[in-house]
Amino acid sequence: MARAARDMDQRFGTGRRVVLDGPLRLDSGAALSPVEIAYETYGSLAEDGSNAILICHALTGDQYVASTHPVTGKPGWWTRLVGQGLPIDPARHFIICANVLGSCMGTSGPASIDPATAEPYAMHFPVITIADMVRAQALLLDHLGIERLFAVIGGSMGGMQALTWPTIFPTRVEAAIVIASTARHSAQNIAFHEVGRQAIMADPKWRGGAYYVDGDAPAAGLAVARMAAHITYLSEAGLTEKFGRRLQQRDAKTFGFDADFQVESYLRHQGISFVERFDANSYLYITRAMDYYDIADDHGGALAAAFAATRARFCLVSFDTDWLYPTAESRIIVHALNAAGREASFVELKSPFGHDSFLLDAPEMNRVIDGFLRAGRR
Amino acid sequence: MSDQGSALRPDLGVIARNIATGARVLDVGCGDGSLLAALRDLKGVDARGLELNAENVAAAVARGLSVVQGDADTDLAYYPGGSFDYAILSQTLQTTRRPDQVVEALLRIGARAFVSFPNFAHWRGRMALLFGGRMPVTRLLPERWYDTPNIHHLTIDDFRALVKERGWHIENQWFLKGDRETGDANANLFAEHAVFLLKA
Repeated sequence: MARAARDMDQRFGTGRRVVLDGPLRLDSGAALSPVEIAYETYGSLAEDGSNAILICHALTGDQYVASTHPVTGKPGWWTRLVGQGLPIDPARHFIICANVLGSCMGTSGPASIDPATAEPYAMHFPVITIADMVRAQALLLDHLGIERLFAVIGGSMGGMQALTWPTIFPTRVEAAIVIASTARHSAQNIAFHEVGRQAIMADPKWRGGAYYVDGDAPAAGLAVARMAAHITYLSEAGLTEKFGRRLQQRDAKTFGFDADFQVESYLRHQGISFVERFDANSYLYITRAMDYYDIADDHGGALAAAFAATRARFCLVSFDTDWLYPTAESRIIVHALNAAGREASFVELKSPFGHDSFLLDAPEMNRVIDGFLRAGRR
Repeated sequence: MSDQGSALRPDLGVIARNIATGARVLDVGCGDGSLLAALRDLKGVDARGLELNAENVAAAVARGLSVVQGDADTDLAYYPGGSFDYAILSQTLQTTRRPDQVVEALLRIGARAFVSFPNFAHWRGRMALLFGGRMPVTRLLPERWYDTPNIHHLTIDDFRALVKERGWHIENQWFLKGDRETGDANANLFAEHAVFLLKA
């Protein structure tokens, strides 16, 4: 009966949205209220609440981890890992994925209405951090009645949240899985993000972020930002294999500036399709949050100190062709976890796909995650 | 218990039988985690591993072990002193760049260290070199000189000399011939394998 009651619970299911009073105290010192969170849940919460897994999404990801995206009509972004018979399985786990704070798929962000003005926040939205995203997720868990997570998992920026979780809520997390990620943004990471932000702000349609009035968004700037970022998600070898110097539907160079090369055409397509589903100001806020991210700096400069209070188990996975968050970044985390005496697993996997490997076919990654998760219930 | 214990490689069987229940154990060069899994299942130890080969790490993590991909020569420095009851180095000593420093690190990290290695002074190897004039290729040392991962060949007497020189203490020692234990007498000639339990 209890299970049936939980299944009827309107808080659980796909396409959920909740408005919480907060206030959410942010790292900047500002307070956000109300806090809107859009999320999905799959599976049933166990009687004792012991099977909850929080999935954290990356910079341009969203809550549609294993269900069809309402704008693009594409399948969920992690259906290779999440689903029936997979390592994260709604038949065994209660799965939660929420749109991050600052984003644009239903959670509070710059496009949300500022209650003080009844207008969209735009650039009046407070600057947020990865830790703020995590605190917002904790608010959601409070709302869902989940005290403790069996696991928190994410890749890239999702990995940053997964790694941050046990540092802020040391007793609320039993296991953290951090994939293709880092404990801090490097100068190179920040530099690429700054290129993207400048592309958006250089678009005359950006207008200091106040483009919501007529909806004429800085699409060209956002598309360029996406194109630059997309290069960092792929490996040089992967690009060469996929496109080489092949020309796009033509036999010869045009001696002009049309997309002669397939790789140009591909990047333009990536840029154009991205602006249909993403808000330019959200891109500014979330990249800023990633640039501010430095867990050691939040703990007196010693990364190991961040993991002193938690008893969570950690699993880290990197990919050999990922040059955005290379293996060396994962090793820094592993060394800190060892120094703190935490239970940690780490493996660098081979994949030709660069940073994006974690989203693509990675059977070894699935095997590692499955074994790691099953070890939590011995 | 003996079922799973005897499925282990003989030197690992010796180590498994001599580790206290519930101990904290770091296996350096843990391979696919066979020993750690056995120790966890049979002795309830807190089992951690370090392994260079990514496929082995993936296999070990997939069986639920806490194993980190890393190099014994460089990564032991990141473990705090005295964090384990036992540090284990099984059949890995002869593959490290600086075996002496690796053992030093084991004795810093662990209260005790198990070190097992193949004895290159076993009589078969001596015969191969003496009469054949060739580097020995045996059942236990199947690789040839150019493709062997063993870059620091040592004998039981070599190891004893190193222990003495560094002032470490041998708490116990076991010698193996095939899968059977053999006596101390002339171990350097007759043992294929040695397992030492050291203390700093």
